[in-house]
Amino acid sequence: MSTEKSVWRRAFEWHEARLPLVSFIDNSVGSKYPAPKNLNYFWNFGSLAGFMLVTMILTGIFLAMNYTPHKDMAFDSVERIMRDVNFGWLIRYMHANGASFFFIVVYIHIFRGLYYGSYKAPREVLWWMGILIFLAMMATAFMGYVLPWGQMSFWGATVITNLFSALPIIGEPIVTFLWGGFGVDNPTLNRFFSLHYLLPFVIVGLVVFHIWALHIPGSNNPLGIEAAPADKIPFHPYYTAKDAFGLGVFLLVYFAIVFWYPNILGDPLNYVVANPLVTPTHIVPEWYFLPFYAILRAIPDKLLGVLAMFGAILVLFVLPWLDTSRVRSANFRPWFRVFFWLFFINGLVLGWCGSQLPEGLPLVLGRVCTFYYFFFFFVIMPVVGWMETPKPLPASISSPVMKAAE
Amino acid sequence: MKKILLAATAALALVPMSFGASASEKVEFPKEKWSFSGNFGKFDRMQLQRGLQVYKEVCASCHSLKYVAFRNLEALGYSEDQVKAFAAEYEFPTLDDEGSEIKRKGLPSDHFPSPYPNEKFARASNNGALPPDLSLMTKAREHGPDYVFHLLTGYDEPPQGMTVMDGMHYNKYFADGNFQIAMAKQINDDQVTYADGTKATADQISRDITAFLHWAAEPKLEVRNSTGLRVMIYMVIFTILAYFLKRRIWARLEK
Repeated sequence: MSTEKSVWRRAFEWHEARLPLVSFIDNSVGSKYPAPKNLNYFWNFGSLAGFMLVTMILTGIFLAMNYTPHKDMAFDSVERIMRDVNFGWLIRYMHANGASFFFIVVYIHIFRGLYYGSYKAPREVLWWMGILIFLAMMATAFMGYVLPWGQMSFWGATVITNLFSALPIIGEPIVTFLWGGFGVDNPTLNRFFSLHYLLPFVIVGLVVFHIWALHIPGSNNPLGIEAAPADKIPFHPYYTAKDAFGLGVFLLVYFAIVFWYPNILGDPLNYVVANPLVTPTHIVPEWYFLPFYAILRAIPDKLLGVLAMFGAILVLFVLPWLDTSRVRSANFRPWFRVFFWLFFINGLVLGWCGSQLPEGLPLVLGRVCTFYYFFFFFVIMPVVGWMETPKPLPASISSPVMKAAE
Repeated sequence: MKKILLAATAALALVPMSFGASASEKVEFPKEKWSFSGNFGKFDRMQLQRGLQVYKEVCASCHSLKYVAFRNLEALGYSEDQVKAFAAEYEFPTLDDEGSEIKRKGLPSDHFPSPYPNEKFARASNNGALPPDLSLMTKAREHGPDYVFHLLTGYDEPPQGMTVMDGMHYNKYFADGNFQIAMAKQINDDQVTYADGTKATADQISRDITAFLHWAAEPKLEVRNSTGLRVMIYMVIFTILAYFLKRRIWARLEK
């Protein structure tokens, strides 16, 4: 065999020397990115989130080709997509359920970060980028839900935009500015469509920063200790192969919902066209907002409720300094682990409370859980860090030898 | 740790069941058997044709079906010519070459016309109530087709002590409206005479119209189910192969 390089190889190298596109990808998520060898399947959810972002953008682009952002035509155009556009039903069901699955994946990704202390030094900025992505996702999902112009779209938009009116002095003008008028109307729908198309690309930009910030310290791992070079393996082919299997499992669940239960996560009322004169008895947001909706309604004062709701997310920005423990992985933190799982269950209960009318048990439970939500961050995080004696950490990923606790 | 995980999983399983609870949750909606339920569900063409007859003879005098075009009826097993003839029974306003308003015969591309010229007219004809469009009815209510079926058959004498408002009717499944519905009982035994000879009990008629309305709401149900099956088979094979590929690649590390 000839050792001479083929013309294709030489052309490739000529191009790479001038614009190293392939090397860039290989360095980012390929064979030149060394990752700790002990990552478990919870580390799969980052690439799954990336997959869902691409899925949402692609299905969204095709939906936008057939959608009409006008209050008299939006609902009809969605029905036309469902009935007359080739595979329109599939694209729309993938997009509508895709939002839910994107949030499921991202919530697991966030809880993984919480459990394994991925927000701690030196990964604070990486964590911040993640919160910004989460905020942008929430804004995008909220505005996307308004676009079909069903009853829940309209009334959800009315309730959520009205939250800003709680702010003193500037509140009312802000709401008028958001609406583009004196109520949720055609201008609101137009600007929400425009922003719903824009924000996903902002998310793409934030993802670039998220991955950039990831590459400075490298991936955290289930032991939470620094991974020695000898304990690292190339991302490709090891984690690309592992993530491909995880993607298969994920898609089995996603497609089962898309094809067989496409409306199970949606509200039936959104199949009724928006009517400003008929207020639904029970306005609920999509499930992924329910815990925050419960926090909003747990507090009797509107302004404080709004601040608590936004505070519930913003507190994540200072989490790296609220947590006083230097041990990252909860596997070595016997007390924190208990409070973490309590926090997880607390989140689920908050979600349930958010889905119910704010009275009786759901209201009381919502208040207790709201209290624990903030108690977890502002009291448990610092205090447990000081009080707890962590279990001895291993000296390295491959060594079973334990070194003394710090 | 295991226990906590177990408890969390149990909580996770319970939570979605209570999502989206509304007033109609207070009423038990017995689950009915539909040919289109389940992952392999298919519409029963003869039932859809009977349902179309019920819509045309009973519902259409008050309810529109605006998202369904006559051309869609081919999915019910009718030929192109039958659909053309069906559409031609309807009239639609148009303009002639001089600009005068005239009527033309319906075409397969036309949608079912509304029985009323506008909402005000509809309300005036119905004691102030607006008969809703039925195209999406089975997807626009909790319990879907079961809701529609039970509502149609849920007319009864009001319980003792309950006064039903003037022009309203007691229906034990209409929880969202305090069990008082503007629509009177529409479906009785032998309300229609089926072309295919099926015995037209009130129960049968209600099932047929519900099936037809579910087709109207979700016309792509069959292709969705069958595509789903093929996609799932593909994904199972993909996932198994990906698993063994992963094992083989990771085996290199043990050397």
